[in-house]
Amino acid sequence: MTDEAVLRVRDLRVWYGTERGPVRAVDGVDLALVPGETLGVVGESGCGKSTLGRGLLGLLPEGAKAGGEVRFRGTDLFELSGRALRELRGPELGMIFQDPLTRLNPLWRVSEHFEELLRTHCPDISAEQIRHRSLATLRRMGIPPTRYRNYPHEFSGGMRQRIMIALGLVLNPAVLVADEPTTSLDVLVEAQIIRLLADLRRNFDTALLLITHNLGIVAEACDRVAVMYAGHVVETGDAREVFAAPAHPYTRELLRSTISLSTTGLHYIPGAPPDLVDPPPACRFHPRCPDAMQVCATRDPVTVSPRPGHRVACWLHGPAEQVGAGGDAPLVREEIDVADEA
Amino acid sequence: MPTRPEPAAGAATVLDVADLRVHFELRGSFLGRLLGRDAGSVQAVDGVTLSLRHGEVLGLVGESGSGKTTLGRALLGLVRPTAGSVCYRGTDLAGLRQAQLRPLRQRIQMVFQDPGAALNPAMDIETAVGHPLRIHGLVRDRDELRDRVHDALRRVGLVPVERFASKYPAELSGGQQQRAVLARAIILGPELLVADEPVSMLDMSVRAKILELMLDLRRDLDLSCVYITHDLATAKFFCDRVAIMYLGRIVEIGPTERIFADPAHPYTRALLAAVPEPDPTRTLTRQLPRGEVPDGVDPPGGCSFHPRCPHAFAPCGWEGRDVRALLEQRWTALDEADYAAEQALFADLAELDVRGSRLRIRPAASRSAESIRALLEQVRVGDPDEPLWRGVRQVSVADGACVVDFVEGVDPNLGPVDEGAVACHLYDPAYR
Ligand SMILES: Nc1ncnc2c1ncn2[C@@H]1O[C@H](COP(=O)(O)OP(=O)(O)OP(=O)(O)O)[C@@H](O)[C@H]1O
Ligand SMILES: Nc1ncnc2c1ncn2[C@@H]1O[C@H](COP(=O)(O)OP(=O)(O)O)[C@@H](O)[C@H]1O
Ligand code: SF4
Ligand code: SF4
Ligand SMILES: [Mg+2]
Ligand SMILES: [Mg+2]
Repeated sequence: MTDEAVLRVRDLRVWYGTERGPVRAVDGVDLALVPGETLGVVGESGCGKSTLGRGLLGLLPEGAKAGGEVRFRGTDLFELSGRALRELRGPELGMIFQDPLTRLNPLWRVSEHFEELLRTHCPDISAEQIRHRSLATLRRMGIPPTRYRNYPHEFSGGMRQRIMIALGLVLNPAVLVADEPTTSLDVLVEAQIIRLLADLRRNFDTALLLITHNLGIVAEACDRVAVMYAGHVVETGDAREVFAAPAHPYTRELLRSTISLSTTGLHYIPGAPPDLVDPPPACRFHPRCPDAMQVCATRDPVTVSPRPGHRVACWLHGPAEQVGAGGDAPLVREEIDVADEA
Repeated sequence: MPTRPEPAAGAATVLDVADLRVHFELRGSFLGRLLGRDAGSVQAVDGVTLSLRHGEVLGLVGESGSGKTTLGRALLGLVRPTAGSVCYRGTDLAGLRQAQLRPLRQRIQMVFQDPGAALNPAMDIETAVGHPLRIHGLVRDRDELRDRVHDALRRVGLVPVERFASKYPAELSGGQQQRAVLARAIILGPELLVADEPVSMLDMSVRAKILELMLDLRRDLDLSCVYITHDLATAKFFCDRVAIMYLGRIVEIGPTERIFADPAHPYTRALLAAVPEPDPTRTLTRQLPRGEVPDGVDPPGGCSFHPRCPHAFAPCGWEGRDVRALLEQRWTALDEADYAAEQALFADLAELDVRGSRLRIRPAASRSAESIRALLEQVRVGDPDEPLWRGVRQVSVADGACVVDFVEGVDPNLGPVDEGAVACHLYDPAYR
């Protein structure tokens, strides 16, 4: 499986320069994406999900810096020129955002969006081919061909998001990053789009990185999940297996604090994710972790693999010999003020 | 683990809403221009009747545009009803002038979705939370003001108070801001709290904390609540009773337990089936209602849910636009050549966008009305279970056009079911 990866990230670090010092939004992430798979990224806000998603495509906001490597089919994106990178974007690397309206040009018909995109990346394409490819992709997204020449404002929110996804897929990119693509949609439309994304797995061999704060969406539409906390990926594995038996205390607590239809009592994680200018030492979750031990406050957890395809960075899973004598004694936690919480 | 307290039984009625209507004229409005229209109106709230007992939490649940916020604002006298009444403890808010509303404002408070927008960025938390006391002239001096503000801050968990009183909204997290907004809402000792999506903008892990705070406030301050949300999971947890809204109407209302265990209205059932759950053993239904909430300016005829309803039948209000939607749905699945051939039969598809029980479809110049009739027949045979055909009386050819006659649509009334009420013909003995 490892050699099939279309995108491989090693020790990715992304930080934003601020007056207070660098914000280490992504701090040493390893990930691999296989063609056709959907990887869900979850975590509280401010844990670095969006930064990771952009970083995977070699996209960095003004003022941001990156280290480590992002290899797309073997080529490190950070070593490419701006121009070479732009040429990959669209045909190979695509992105879908939360709010489609801000990404569509209100003065252009849907058809014109596709024409512009396809002409830029396939200079020899005929008008007939453009029409054919665009309509075929729109169809798969459930947009009727009668609406091809309409303007963005003539569509509902859900239809616009479908159009955005069609624009993201029409060039058949190898990797697509979707950042909270359903957050602004209604319940039923969200479910329709989740269905569509889940079906992508069968119909396209695009690898999809789906960023969401909704664990239900991951259970529904993703093959694997990566749980992010304070710039680190703390657990990755098969989505169903991780949800059925979370190994990392953060994953477990995140699942417990999600309010779902089966919730009968409220539960939450005390405290809040740390400021990434000065995160806690060793395990970054230790000030909030109900299972924290002495070792957690002094040494970085080691990533281990309790079962094939499953990785977790937490001292509870060893390696035992590194925990050291007395390292597994409970950590006495400072009381967390409500004030620090929410 | 805190759980929901028992609802108050047999308590006094706090709010009585009768056949409330709020219509917004679109002429010249921003929304009108945005929608490319300069006439017409949106029936944001279209005949809502409900009551709230003391100590009760009533949920208003529905998708965007269902009129939840408008209804919530009308409960505070913030929008003027077009018709109907909102009575707070026997006083109709609609008839009151601003000055008369003022004392009532102390009794009814509202909390909004975006705490950042609800707080003045130039006002520190102490000033913001104390603001209602000052404008209502309820404190004698600065010491009393300060004491009462600090009490409220403690009450919502912004402790140590000294650390928060002098902060500005931008220095607080979203959850802390919402705590401050709640402090301001309770400082006048209200009886009724209308909370419009109070946790929607907050992170999952913060929602539980704010909901818990609201449960505490409700219990300790003996509050009655109207909880507005599109999130069924928090509604299930927080509310005693739930009203499901669609396009300005209540389509189902009843005790939370019944609504979630045994939803009656097809829309309620669809909403419940659509909630993605972080449970690896459960998957979403494949049978999701098609389409989206239609434009409130020109809602569908009959039952406004009919274009999306999997159970719709003859009286549900079928009309021309449904035929167009059906054809478009078909064309989405056809290959390009077949689509082009079928579409070329029609003079102008926009002619299908009509209301009423008769649709005339003119053929394109060199095509025949009969070929359109044949196409519709082919569509019907291809999918005889499509609900639309239950409402089609006949398809014929007359005066050079294909004519579709529909069963006359009937608007369902909110009628009683076992516990609560539902607006759907499936529960109307007349159709059984
Ligand atoms: N001031 C206004 N002028 C014109 N139309 C309005 C106005 N306020 C609301 N509407 C319209 O009334 C309908 C109901 O809106 P409302 O905001 O009450 O719905 P909602 O259920 O709260 O939706 P959401 O879930 O998006 O908050 C919508 O069609 C909306 O566009
Ligand atoms: N353009 C930026 N400049 C400075 N800090 C930023 C910028 N974008 C994000 N951050 C910070 O980086 C951290 C991670 O943010 P983000 O990747 O958006 O997380 P998530 O998507 O998980 O909410 C946060 O502390 C956030 O405030
Ligand atoms: S390493 Fe320690 S503090 Fe960190 S998650 Fe594991 S048990 Fe908790
Ligand atoms: S009346 Fe009932 S069955 Fe008919 S469309 Fe409405 S919800 Fe569906
Ligand atoms: Mg983000
Ligand atoms: Mg609203």
